[in-house]
Amino acid sequence: MKAGDSLTGFAGRHIGTGPEAQSQMLQLLGYDSTDSLMAAAIPASIQLGEVTSKLPEAATETEALAELRELASKNRVLRSMIGLGYYDTFTPAVIKRNVLENPSWYTAYTPYQPEISQGRLEALINFQTMIAELTGLDTANASMLDESTAVVEGMLLARRASSVESNTFLVDQDSLPQTKALLEHRAAALGIQLHYTAYDQSPPPGDIDVFGAFIQYPGSSGRVWDPTEVIDAVKAQGGLVVVAADLLALTILKPPGEMGADIAVGTSQRFGVPMGFGGPHAGYLAVRTGLERQMPGRLVGVSKDADNQNAYRLTLQAREQHIRREKATSNICTAQVLLAVMAGMFAVYHGPVGIKVIAERVARSTRALAHAASEGGHTVQHGNYFDTLSLETVRSADDLVSRARDAGYLFFKVDDNHVQFSVDETTSNTDLQNLARVLGDESSESIEASQLDLETWLPGSLLRNSEFLTHQVFNSHHSESSMMRYLKSLADKDYALDRGMIPLGSCTMKLNAATEMEAVTWPEFGGVHPFAPAHDVAGYLELIAELQDWLAEVTGYDAVSLQPNAGSQGELAGLLAIRTYHLSRGDDHRDVCLIPSSAHGTNAASAVLAGMKVVVVACDELGNVDLADLREKIAEHASNLAALMITYPSTHGVYEQEIRAITDAVHEAGGQVYIDGANLNALLEFSRFGQFGGDVSHLNLHKTFCIPHGGGGPGVGPVAAKSHLAPFLPSHPLAQILPGSSDSEQGRPAHRNIVSAAPFGSPNILPITWAYIRMMGGDGLKRATASAVLAANYIAKQLEPHFPVLYTGKNGLVAHECILDLRPLTERTGVTVDDVAKRLIDYGFHAPTMSFPVPGTLMVEPTESEDLVELDRFIDAMVSIKSEAEKVADGTWSATDNPLVNAPHTTAILVEEQWSHPYSREVAVFPSKHSRSHKYWPPVRRIDQAWGDRNLFCACPPPESFA
Amino acid sequence: MSAGKDLKYTAEHEWLSIEGNVATIGITDYAAEKLGDVVFVDLPKVGAKVESGRVVGEIESTKSVGELFAPVSGTVVEANAEVIQAPELVNDDPFGTGWMIKVEVENASVFASEDLMDESAYKALVGE
Repeated sequence: MKAGDSLTGFAGRHIGTGPEAQSQMLQLLGYDSTDSLMAAAIPASIQLGEVTSKLPEAATETEALAELRELASKNRVLRSMIGLGYYDTFTPAVIKRNVLENPSWYTAYTPYQPEISQGRLEALINFQTMIAELTGLDTANASMLDESTAVVEGMLLARRASSVESNTFLVDQDSLPQTKALLEHRAAALGIQLHYTAYDQSPPPGDIDVFGAFIQYPGSSGRVWDPTEVIDAVKAQGGLVVVAADLLALTILKPPGEMGADIAVGTSQRFGVPMGFGGPHAGYLAVRTGLERQMPGRLVGVSKDADNQNAYRLTLQAREQHIRREKATSNICTAQVLLAVMAGMFAVYHGPVGIKVIAERVARSTRALAHAASEGGHTVQHGNYFDTLSLETVRSADDLVSRARDAGYLFFKVDDNHVQFSVDETTSNTDLQNLARVLGDESSESIEASQLDLETWLPGSLLRNSEFLTHQVFNSHHSESSMMRYLKSLADKDYALDRGMIPLGSCTMKLNAATEMEAVTWPEFGGVHPFAPAHDVAGYLELIAELQDWLAEVTGYDAVSLQPNAGSQGELAGLLAIRTYHLSRGDDHRDVCLIPSSAHGTNAASAVLAGMKVVVVACDELGNVDLADLREKIAEHASNLAALMITYPSTHGVYEQEIRAITDAVHEAGGQVYIDGANLNALLEFSRFGQFGGDVSHLNLHKTFCIPHGGGGPGVGPVAAKSHLAPFLPSHPLAQILPGSSDSEQGRPAHRNIVSAAPFGSPNILPITWAYIRMMGGDGLKRATASAVLAANYIAKQLEPHFPVLYTGKNGLVAHECILDLRPLTERTGVTVDDVAKRLIDYGFHAPTMSFPVPGTLMVEPTESEDLVELDRFIDAMVSIKSEAEKVADGTWSATDNPLVNAPHTTAILVEEQWSHPYSREVAVFPSKHSRSHKYWPPVRRIDQAWGDRNLFCACPPPESFA
Repeated sequence: MSAGKDLKYTAEHEWLSIEGNVATIGITDYAAEKLGDVVFVDLPKVGAKVESGRVVGEIESTKSVGELFAPVSGTVVEANAEVIQAPELVNDDPFGTGWMIKVEVENASVFASEDLMDESAYKALVGE
């Protein structure tokens, strides 16, 4: 690196430690350069050596933005009326600026430390309340990855909860095409039979047993009908009913809960979240009482803090894969928090009245267009509709679609004679005039939204009578001043990267640079529909193809799919690729997946959903895969071995020396090697999965490649594979063909191993990763890797005298994170890992990862983005907390009243008239110099986890409960 | 109430209190402490046939899930409704009001099985 690079290039801004700081850190560790440190840490057998990177040279921030502008200009933003689950919407500017573009919201992590996450937890409770009330059900979770995967999760929930022995699931013929594709693939992997039915023509057959049924409401074709009888019939058989419902329609139509449905799912996209070429958006899932413990995903509940005040937290976590592993309710780890916050705030801002006004306008505009279509000679297919019209065209579908296009509108061609289109919040009177002309209505001079009674075209029995969004939060913040201040007050309660480091091991909370975020809110990226014609999204397709090439290059693989919209979905896609590869070779019996005991629980949960059987491989006392046990398990399952899933570097934060021996042993037995890329940030440009035995991997763009965590989503989990698995990577029935792709319109399988509703998952946030790689170049990525490993080893070395580092690899080095063993301290002093984590809040820090992957430990991952001053502050805080624990051990402070067990300390406790603790107020809240000058005040005291689980309440608490 | 000398124990950290052909079954204080704050208990229905060694219920805490194994084969004659209503009883009184189920066996001789430990053997197992 040239002197001065660190200040002029982007890499020097992204990496927190400059040359001087790094040489100081290296000196402590006894290395003369980061290269020699990395050479000492990484096994020689997998080191990359000198290679010419195919990545372009690093661009400056200005250059990268100019290139993104160029790509954006190749997208053509027409007025999409394609519908099918994606609708144009006005994102209220107050929400865009104060949430979507605000690092206080987008750089936060999943609220595992609830005391410092009350703002987004409240926002999520708003979302859950909104979903529960609109669907008429009792409990909603904190969001799903998208609508179609939520339908799959609904199906799996129904199977778990139904007492019917059958393996058959009824599916609405009038479902979204992407939902059908997902149901088919996911059901096939699990041996579930789908039985399609057009409910209105043939109610559920009484002669076949089903464990559940799925209804799209309103139908994909726009048809509105009353499913009550169908729901009754399925439930009478003991089946559970899943209804995918449009949230905007539910302000007018009777909700699924009032019709007896057990589960409602869908998307909240049209509540102010841009279409973004498919995502990210917050899906939703709600259930009736009695099914809460069967729910997938995150759930926010109300509990009490140490002062008996209401406080929010994630509840019923024992359902989830990180605890229940292969027996989890789902493999999904994360939610779409940032998007759920936006959708919930859309409801807060508009309130029940405002949203209903929008919905009625949509319905009345649709009515007006139905009239225009009839006048134009087309046949409107359904008598009852909300926002979508299906037409049998007077000439041809192509003719109508191209007339619409000429006028600037995108319609959806169903077949040669049928077209459908959807009205949305943005459809104006001018649009109606234009559309009437497109439809050939010459009869009227002017057209406007119908003023007729809704019952003219909607069945009276289906109109909604019940109230919704009655809580005061949805009826208070309708002025922009009030809304801005509400958002600010919530953000102020939270700890995100804009306050300080978040050293969460395995989570990689690195910088999300402002330049990387720029393009996310450009209309050319936000305003396009996922099923838009390829020539309208040429810029997106170019960006996607380029990003796929870059990711293939740095992982040593041949093909990449960006479709999976979370790490868990990438895992599933990779395992499905392995499973279908074996099937394609007639190896139907290969279904055993070996997983080391140290693996993230999601691995096991994903394997089960791919139709595999999990066999656990032991780890030795150093935390590495026990080779002898691995060979034994391979021998035992040799003929049925499908795959080994292994994380590299390991979940223990160590470069395992024997990785080559491990991958070789699996290949010799005919198995495939899945390398979990969760820790790729410790390997990038020093080694490549594809070169040491990996056949397929998923990457976490939200870890290694800078997509912000958004407070618990969005994520992007691309799957990358060697050429023999490439034909089995995810595809999509409505995907546009990428430039340079071997797929052709005719030769392409309709949908293989689909894992997301949209063809390219969540494209709206891909410019973030594109910009990161573009601005770092191969050299910058390499420096980032080395700097992250340097920072982790620096912290390990500095803290080792105070807290034993549990696992190390070659030369006593760790990879990008280190596990501090607190168990000896706990045994000696009674101070627990919880106490230390909560005390860190008083010092102004977010705790490291608690008790994962080893109970009673803290896993610290500083990332490359923190500067030395911040690293030293963290080290000082940990050392200081250690000395506080010693005061408990030596009896200076009692075990039940000390600053650790009482942490965190709030302003409320500070102003108590009687201060009865054996330590001072100053020790309580200003334990360090830094905490005095940069004080973060937690809004609540320690939260009672058990109380919340035992007294489940997952909606906005009544105002009087805050007394 | 606490661990008694007349109780039998299993390697899965369950205790049995035997009266005639019926065993009252719960988890030990050691297991309860390892689990942490118990928040949910799922038990088999009265009348259910259970098989020795099989999972028949779940004990969920805020941070982990424990399984309830049937230590003997037989029929569930009672399930503790109180512990379902108040799961904290598992932590507060694991050998008393925190009991889980009562299982009736066909022949009381199964209680003499080698798999069931006495108090000293169980204490040795948990390293006390």
